[in-house]
Amino acid sequence: MARNTVTGARSGAPAPTSHVRGEPTTSLLGLVVKIGALGLAAALAVWAAFPLIEAANWVGVGIVAAVTALIFYVYLSPRHVPLKYLLPGTLLLIAFQILPVLYTVSTSVTNFGDGHRGDKEQAIAAIEAYSVVRTPDSPQYTLTVAADGAPDTGDLVFLLTAADGTVYAGDADGLTPLDPDDLTREASGKIVDAEGYTVLTTAQINERSDEIADFAVPTGDGTGIRSSGLSMAYEGQATRTYQEDCDCIVDSVTGVTYTADNVNGSFVSDDGQRLLQGWRVNVGFDNFLRFVTDPATGASFLSILAWNIGFAAGTTLLVFVVGLGLALLMHTRTPLRGRTLYRILLVLPYAMPSFAMLLLWRDMFNTDFGLINRVLGLDVNWLGNAWTARGSILLVNTWLGFPYMFLVATGALQSIPRELEQAARIDGAGAWQAFRHVTLPLLMIAMTPILVSTFAFNFNNFNAIWLTTAGGPFSPDNPLAGATDLLITYTFRLAFGGQGAQYGFASAVSVLIFLIVALLSLISLRQSRSLEEVNR
Amino acid sequence: MTAPVYRDRPFLRWLRDNSWRHLLLWCAVAFALFPILFVISAALNPLGTLSSSHLVPTGASLDNARELFATTPFGAWYVNSIVLAVCNAAVTVFLSALAAYAFSRFRFTGRRIGLLGILLIQMFPQFLAIVAIYLMFATVTDYWPPIGFDTRWGLLLVYLGGALSVNTWLMKGFFDTIPMELDESAKVDGATHAQAFFRIMLPLVTPVLAIVGLLVFINTINEFLLATVFLRDPEAKTVALGLYSLVADERNANFGLFAVGTLLIALPTMAVFWFLQRYIVEGLTSGAVKG
Repeated sequence: MARNTVTGARSGAPAPTSHVRGEPTTSLLGLVVKIGALGLAAALAVWAAFPLIEAANWVGVGIVAAVTALIFYVYLSPRHVPLKYLLPGTLLLIAFQILPVLYTVSTSVTNFGDGHRGDKEQAIAAIEAYSVVRTPDSPQYTLTVAADGAPDTGDLVFLLTAADGTVYAGDADGLTPLDPDDLTREASGKIVDAEGYTVLTTAQINERSDEIADFAVPTGDGTGIRSSGLSMAYEGQATRTYQEDCDCIVDSVTGVTYTADNVNGSFVSDDGQRLLQGWRVNVGFDNFLRFVTDPATGASFLSILAWNIGFAAGTTLLVFVVGLGLALLMHTRTPLRGRTLYRILLVLPYAMPSFAMLLLWRDMFNTDFGLINRVLGLDVNWLGNAWTARGSILLVNTWLGFPYMFLVATGALQSIPRELEQAARIDGAGAWQAFRHVTLPLLMIAMTPILVSTFAFNFNNFNAIWLTTAGGPFSPDNPLAGATDLLITYTFRLAFGGQGAQYGFASAVSVLIFLIVALLSLISLRQSRSLEEVNR
Repeated sequence: MTAPVYRDRPFLRWLRDNSWRHLLLWCAVAFALFPILFVISAALNPLGTLSSSHLVPTGASLDNARELFATTPFGAWYVNSIVLAVCNAAVTVFLSALAAYAFSRFRFTGRRIGLLGILLIQMFPQFLAIVAIYLMFATVTDYWPPIGFDTRWGLLLVYLGGALSVNTWLMKGFFDTIPMELDESAKVDGATHAQAFFRIMLPLVTPVLAIVGLLVFINTINEFLLATVFLRDPEAKTVALGLYSLVADERNANFGLFAVGTLLIALPTMAVFWFLQRYIVEGLTSGAVKG
């Protein structure tokens, strides 16, 4: 148990003495709670295991069993006392923070994205389905366009009503028959509502019409279903088929052969034409190098990084100064009159939904009808000029962030015994000296991690930029990088705007951003005394 | 931090000590409140458009509020937001306090890595981790629909993944200020580590629990990115999502509704703050530290 002992070694405090008055005794209530909690864990495990067993997912069952066993071991064994306190939070942390991050890291070395989503077989099925042509005896379907999830971003699904009335859901993987009870349909066979899918409105269909025209449902060997207009679909014969012997796709109409390029994950013809549907392959560090070596992005990288650091550091400094200043103003020996009211009013900006307030601030900075210009009687294009835009964003972000710092500083100030400062004053220190040399250092121990995390949060503060300037203003000579772009908004535009989603590339930039932020944070933590706290 | 000058008369002393504080605080309050005043005025504006809204209310009409409840499932959004925020705040405070106790009172292998790790993992840009969370929950929805997409409980689970965060550092810092002698003497008297935690520590650290609870509550109400991925059914949305969908296309026309919703969702946050105020203000430690 040596390493699990409670230390009494804080600044010369006496080491814990042996238990003189008796061994620890667990109370009856404690025992009941413990048994109850473990029983609940077991019940949850059984509940979680049933669907997994039904689907014969033995890996899943194994994971559930292992986690449950770990929980029981930790709480029933008298050893590993710290783990008893850390386990619940840590399990959740691993499942919903660490695993997604690891997944992103593993994605960063692939070409995952639009056109490179699935494996090679899926790509072949999609190519074959896409190439189908209508023959005189092609079966016809009544088509309802739907999406799996949000109407504008969810995967497309064709809801197909066959001549005999059967309804299928067709996605990129093939057809699945639907239960008629889950559907509402018109006499024409059009589906009005289907459980689990979002039926698109005409406006939404128009928005995604290119995508719908390119969409095909593979239905088996060399056949597929494509749309013909917006309410009909047909099943036809593929003109492009995969030949195993040459690892290539042959177009029976034009006679062109597309050979598989297994390094880049796509089929390419001899004259360099590339088929739209590729598959996911490992591309090593190409995604990382692209950001630096690509002349289009490399030039902007450093200037964006500089503003990004300035934005995060500036925001952190401003909210810290304002928040701590206000907390100090109200930290008087005798309670300040009306301080409850002040607290409530000052914390109000933090209570307002931040995304809504960002949109509101953008409108207030509007040149023509914005509140700022109207009240001040000016005609300044605040968000149209690089430096006023940067200043405005810092102002908005300070408004949004200072109440948090104010609350935290209030809490931290209360944890510092007033006697320390009083002692310094008695020893002849002035008010400022006592604050500077006694209160502030103690405060910084508690505040540095908060400041570091504020810095890190703002380094990637997507909303603050996207909802106000969207990265702009853009100079005519570089339309890709705006004056207020952060790395994350810039990446977002590069990776998801224009030529479709490029998750692999975006993941690589995420990893890069993470490394930069983590490095900067570690340096600043090291500069402060916070890490000594950790080591103590 | 001017010291009281005792030879002055009481009124002058008050003036010297506090009037400048009040002056500065009034400036800060004005800065904090003027955008909110604009929202209030827009919410009361009978025309309900952005371009017709001014800083000072031009009218007082409840048309916007009436229309908000008539045309959108705002009530359902509201309940969703509150349930999520309360549950997340309560469980996060508990999990985080447990971890902070371990980090503050025990020395064990992995302590340093653990503390640094929970701080660093938060720095990963979240909008891509969402791709992974989406794929993960597509599977979860197949196996366990009650915690899958369009449910509060699935979203709550993901939020709880962030329970150990900078908040744990905040709590640990506060725990460190409670003298070790207090829980040690309890142990000498035969208390287990759990009893020392629940009976001695928790009552003493109430202020920091209150602050963390408030912060988590507010963050959950405002959370947007994860909720967009999770809650696709109009009825299952949170207020943040619902309001965004209101102004995504037609901000000018729906601005009045948007302003009403913004104000309504700020109310519970104010209520929680008011309720926790005494814990934050009282600062229970000042008594304990002396003892």
